[in-house]
Amino acid sequence: MASLFSKKNREVLLTPLGLNNPVTVQVLGICSALAVTAQLEPAIVMGLSVTVITAFSNVVISLLRNTIPNRIRIIVQLVVVAALVTIVSEILKAFAYDVSVQLSVYVGLIITNCILMGRLEAFAMQNGPWESCLDGIGNGLGYAKILIIVAFFRELLGSGSLLGIRIIPEAAYEAGYLNNGLMLMPPMALIIVACIIWYQRAKHPELQESSN
Amino acid sequence: MKALRNYLDKIKPNFEEGGKLHALRSVFDGFETFLFVPNTTARKGVNIHDAIDSKRIMSFVVIALVPALLFGMYNVGYQHYMAAGLMDSASFIEVFGYGFLAVLPKILVSYIVGLGIEFIVAQLKGEEIQEGFLVSGIIIPMIVPVNCPLWILAVAVAFSVIFAKEVFGGTGMNVFNVALIARAFLFFAYPTMMSGDTVWVATESIFGLGADLPDGFTAATALGEAATIGVPAFSMDMVWGFIPGSIGETSVVAILLGAIILLWSGVASWKTMLSVFVGGSVVALLFNTFGAEDNYMAMMPWYQHLVLGGFCFGAVFMATDPVTSARTETGKFIFGFLVGAMAVIIRVLNPGYPEGMMLAILLMNVFAPLIDYYVVQSNINRRLKRMSK
Repeated sequence: MASLFSKKNREVLLTPLGLNNPVTVQVLGICSALAVTAQLEPAIVMGLSVTVITAFSNVVISLLRNTIPNRIRIIVQLVVVAALVTIVSEILKAFAYDVSVQLSVYVGLIITNCILMGRLEAFAMQNGPWESCLDGIGNGLGYAKILIIVAFFRELLGSGSLLGIRIIPEAAYEAGYLNNGLMLMPPMALIIVACIIWYQRAKHPELQESSN
Repeated sequence: MKALRNYLDKIKPNFEEGGKLHALRSVFDGFETFLFVPNTTARKGVNIHDAIDSKRIMSFVVIALVPALLFGMYNVGYQHYMAAGLMDSASFIEVFGYGFLAVLPKILVSYIVGLGIEFIVAQLKGEEIQEGFLVSGIIIPMIVPVNCPLWILAVAVAFSVIFAKEVFGGTGMNVFNVALIARAFLFFAYPTMMSGDTVWVATESIFGLGADLPDGFTAATALGEAATIGVPAFSMDMVWGFIPGSIGETSVVAILLGAIILLWSGVASWKTMLSVFVGGSVVALLFNTFGAEDNYMAMMPWYQHLVLGGFCFGAVFMATDPVTSARTETGKFIFGFLVGAMAVIIRVLNPGYPEGMMLAILLMNVFAPLIDYYVVQSNINRRLKRMSK
């Protein structure tokens, strides 16, 4: 059991949450981070779906990695991911229909999410299933974390609510407060992601590129 | 002047290394160089020395904005008193005083928030305070409707100073016109406060001046009317500026005065200004000739396009911004022409935006470096050809 959570494995799981975050450091998966973060609920569901899919696809590809012919590996990876995405999409439609309507095409588009292909190519093709599973969960949660932070600000400032529950009191609106409409548009999501990156790099100077 | 100089010299040691107010050195430095042209020059590198420095350029622009600002204040009062039906009994002082009191808080908020952020950033970076906000700070209150709430204005100023200017490296490095980013932020974030027909006339009395207008009072801008119910007949009021609109942009005459100051002092380029008007007129004429009959905007006469909305204000004060417009001489013609053309195209073809000047200038800000690049390249190619002959 000790070896299951060895130092190396813990790193595999935890660095994507912070110093090697797929969104803020590798700058992958930005499109969906802009598209589904206008409200908190779809962002959480999206984050969890991606986590599940990265974890399972990493495991499957890791198990198959020695039998996949190198020249057709991308096709094999896509088939695995597409199968998993379809399963998740059907589950969402069955048990969380409203959210799946809100997410619309973006669940299906998880297939094209760069984080997935990136992890399969960079990690699952070289590592065993257990490490790959941890890596998938870590990267999925790292992605989910950013989505949730962005969605928190966008829903709070753009709609005055969180998870659909009104947070900003009616009295504030009567006093002249207004929701910020720009928060509901994709450009503001980009600026919030940029602010998170700004904050992270200011805090961790080792992430800054050299200026030359 | 002498006394001021002596006073500055007296308090100066406090701000130098080891003085008790050393932390505020950039504030002191900012005021000192604003009040007196510094007599020190850069010690290293090659520098082109101009007769006026950028603080003096900024001051000229602010002076050029004064006629439009004063007229804007009067017009705020005029529109209010007209709406309240009190214009006949009100004196000039009352009308102007009302407008002054309505506009002054906006100017104060804009300067305090904007300069506050600039001062803080200058302190953090240990640099001198940059003077760019002198102009933006006065333009921002002039391009918003009079009913824009102060807190919204503060948010917009903070947003534009941080995200349109400081993140790019401060004054002189910004890609977009800072004042227009503030307006664009307001326009997209709080559309109910920036467009429609309830925001253009002040509706409350201030310190006993004016009267409270009934709820539900509406007054559309001429462009708003043109987009929805048909083009209003052309009148001299549109030229003088006695129409509802953003505070500083209604009067063509006052803006023309500003334009004369800018051109006489050589601060703004006549090439950009002229070509904005040419671009706007040409496209408006094209729409008049070939546009759809049922599109009111397309049928609006070209001179009315130029007179209404923010066209003049944008052409004179914002398209000519030396930082964000094209810098090559040929590029200025191209840049200006496209700004004018885009402004009219947006007005006519996009029913959601009765005014297109803001979006046109912001769009062309993005393309200004590209225009410059091709102008320079074509120049290089021409000279290469000459050399190889």
